[in-house]
Amino acid sequence: MADDGLSVTLNLVKNAKFHDGKPVTSADVEFSIMTIKANHPFKSMFAPVDSVATPDAHTAVINLSKPHPALLLALSSALCVIIPKHVYGDGQNIKTHPANSKPVGSGPFQLVEFKPGEQIRLKRFDDFFIPGRPYLDEIVIRIIRDPSAFVIAMENGDADMAPYLASSQQIKRLKKVAHLDITDKGYAAIGPINWLAFNTAKAPLDDKRVRQAIGYATDRNFITKALMRGFAKPQRSPIIESSPFFNPKIPPYDLDLAKANALLEDAGHKKGSDGMRFTLTCDYIPGPAEQQKSVAEYLKSQLKKIGIKVDVRAAPDFPTWAKRVAGHDFDMTMDVVFNWGDPVIGVHRTYLSNNIIKGVIWSNTQSYSNPEVDKLLNAAASEQDVVKRKALYDQFQMIVGDDLPIYWINALPYHTAYDKRIQNPPMSIWGAMQSMDDISMA
Amino acid sequence: MQTLGYILRRLIYGVILMFFVVVLNFILIRLAPGDPAEVIAGDMGGITKELLAEIRAQYGLDQPMTTQLWIYLHQIATGNLGVSYYFDQPVSKLIGSRVGATILLVLAAQVLSILLGVVMGVFSARKPNGPVSAIVSVISTVGYALPVFWTGIMLIILFASWIPVFPVEGMVSARHAATGWLSYGWDVARHLFLPAFTLAIIFLAQYARLSRASMIDVLGADYVRTARAKGVPEMRVIFKHALRNAILPILTVAGLQFGNLISGALLVETVFNWPGMGTLAFDSILRRDYPTVLGILIIGSAMVVVANIVTDLGYRLADPRIRTTGGRR
Repeated sequence: MADDGLSVTLNLVKNAKFHDGKPVTSADVEFSIMTIKANHPFKSMFAPVDSVATPDAHTAVINLSKPHPALLLALSSALCVIIPKHVYGDGQNIKTHPANSKPVGSGPFQLVEFKPGEQIRLKRFDDFFIPGRPYLDEIVIRIIRDPSAFVIAMENGDADMAPYLASSQQIKRLKKVAHLDITDKGYAAIGPINWLAFNTAKAPLDDKRVRQAIGYATDRNFITKALMRGFAKPQRSPIIESSPFFNPKIPPYDLDLAKANALLEDAGHKKGSDGMRFTLTCDYIPGPAEQQKSVAEYLKSQLKKIGIKVDVRAAPDFPTWAKRVAGHDFDMTMDVVFNWGDPVIGVHRTYLSNNIIKGVIWSNTQSYSNPEVDKLLNAAASEQDVVKRKALYDQFQMIVGDDLPIYWINALPYHTAYDKRIQNPPMSIWGAMQSMDDISMA
Repeated sequence: MQTLGYILRRLIYGVILMFFVVVLNFILIRLAPGDPAEVIAGDMGGITKELLAEIRAQYGLDQPMTTQLWIYLHQIATGNLGVSYYFDQPVSKLIGSRVGATILLVLAAQVLSILLGVVMGVFSARKPNGPVSAIVSVISTVGYALPVFWTGIMLIILFASWIPVFPVEGMVSARHAATGWLSYGWDVARHLFLPAFTLAIIFLAQYARLSRASMIDVLGADYVRTARAKGVPEMRVIFKHALRNAILPILTVAGLQFGNLISGALLVETVFNWPGMGTLAFDSILRRDYPTVLGILIIGSAMVVVANIVTDLGYRLADPRIRTTGGRR
């Protein structure tokens, strides 16, 4: 990285090949980064990239319009894949390119068979640039819909590894299996936060006292210990606790019903004859109930204690829920949103006022707008000094921790169950999304 | 010829039926809130306004419904089922890769349920009020009443977990790519048994009761009494003389049940992860993959129409009385 932070030079290894035998060159890097910039929905990943220069076949220089510390994480293989220019650079629309069903990559495994919705078979790429790797001959990814069949397949040894387990039942059952190990490592970068979002454009939730009251009335310790059987870690900030930018001083809103009631009285919402002050609807993402539906139903009984009537609104499937929330047709909703490594990639989008875009799911659907926060986030995006950057994010967390457009509840308790014979299972920050060239089976 | 005219008439009715199936479902699925663009957004973990608009324009979703329907009808009239929104592959190719598995499952279930049903019915017909008859009635009614996904999961737990005789899910073992037709066939057969049996249980009841009633009827007929009087061994009386006549109503019902078999197959496929059209249909509806859903409905209804015509033809061929009277029994 240059001192002014405006360019990053990448030196490529000389012996890397694509699965069709052609060499990986800087032209492919330039093509890939610019293609991702143009097509990937996470616009903030490569927004400051002006161009990628290719002085020679094995050197690429990324030129930035301003310093972009998030770049290094944006270049992780989970977010940035190097695709072959000689395959995709033929002018066809990349989204419908025929090569998409038979991808030509440069990783340690190449695609042998793709049965949509059923199974993906990968085999060892012998010309992988690290000699001797990968160790495994074959990786088969099977898609199993039924949770019981899924667990039985692991128990029987039909499957060797199961990442992204989030159900406490599955985790508990697989913990008991003798030949399997279970770990919660490997998810540090993803930062999956389960939270309750408020539509700050809709009364009475436009008053921050009401939002704070709900925060004080909700007991995330109960939620994580009782509803999620202790497997999920409580989360009280927009930035995941495992991130170096997490600010432990953010107000936790520990359970305090008296304070909640006082805030609501203060905000002018008196209790009616039935003991209720007002009604709110609560949506949740359909699917496994433990993380979403159970919390929504808990809120129904819990918020009654401070005089808020909650109507839980079910959606039959994901697109129905997404349409409602994206269209700002909600009061409160449960949601899961990922940090994706650097806050620039996955955190900013929820709090920037210029990202309030109706019709787009996982934009700033809460209509939250605070110019101070906008300033801090934009400054942090291009702040190269890590200490100064952390200070900016600390301040950001204190402000949103007070405004509370969102009440953060827990991190999804992702676990990976794997056969004990597997050496070096994927436990880095990107977990199962990382390259698997160093995994072997005894 | 009379039969040819009959087939032609039935085919035309079939096509008209399929037309209505397509139009109705075309509208229905578009009425469901949310669209493919939102599904793609969910999968990607985020989206931009421009991308949403681009996706909708690409799939023609920004046009009025009648325009979309008109375009689609023109398209399928030329035999083109379109391209899946989710997989970006031709729908005909997707369905083609799945239909075989569904037909295999459905046929296996049909054969199993007829065989078992007839055997159960025959043996309970011999002593209509005896204990065997009562047991058969209870078992078949219970099997018919239980929800198929529950039976499926129970069988998985019983025979894939507690007593691991059968594989848990799928059609072929992921781990050992079977080599050679014999070993592949055996692998599939092992995977096929539990799902086929689960699906068969529903229809077992009907065939058992039907064959029981039918056999009781036939066993009381004159020619059976004559055969017995001649000294023909009982087993030959039952299987050679009586069964042949008793089987006709069962075959009729079997053909008409084809539609129910396919819808039952959808549930069974989901439970057992059987890679058939059922799982594809289920997933495609959740993903608002309109072309795939409609493609499956077209193929599915075509299969049912053809199966019904074949059954009727078979019946006409088997029973000369139908041909001469010219009507359907």
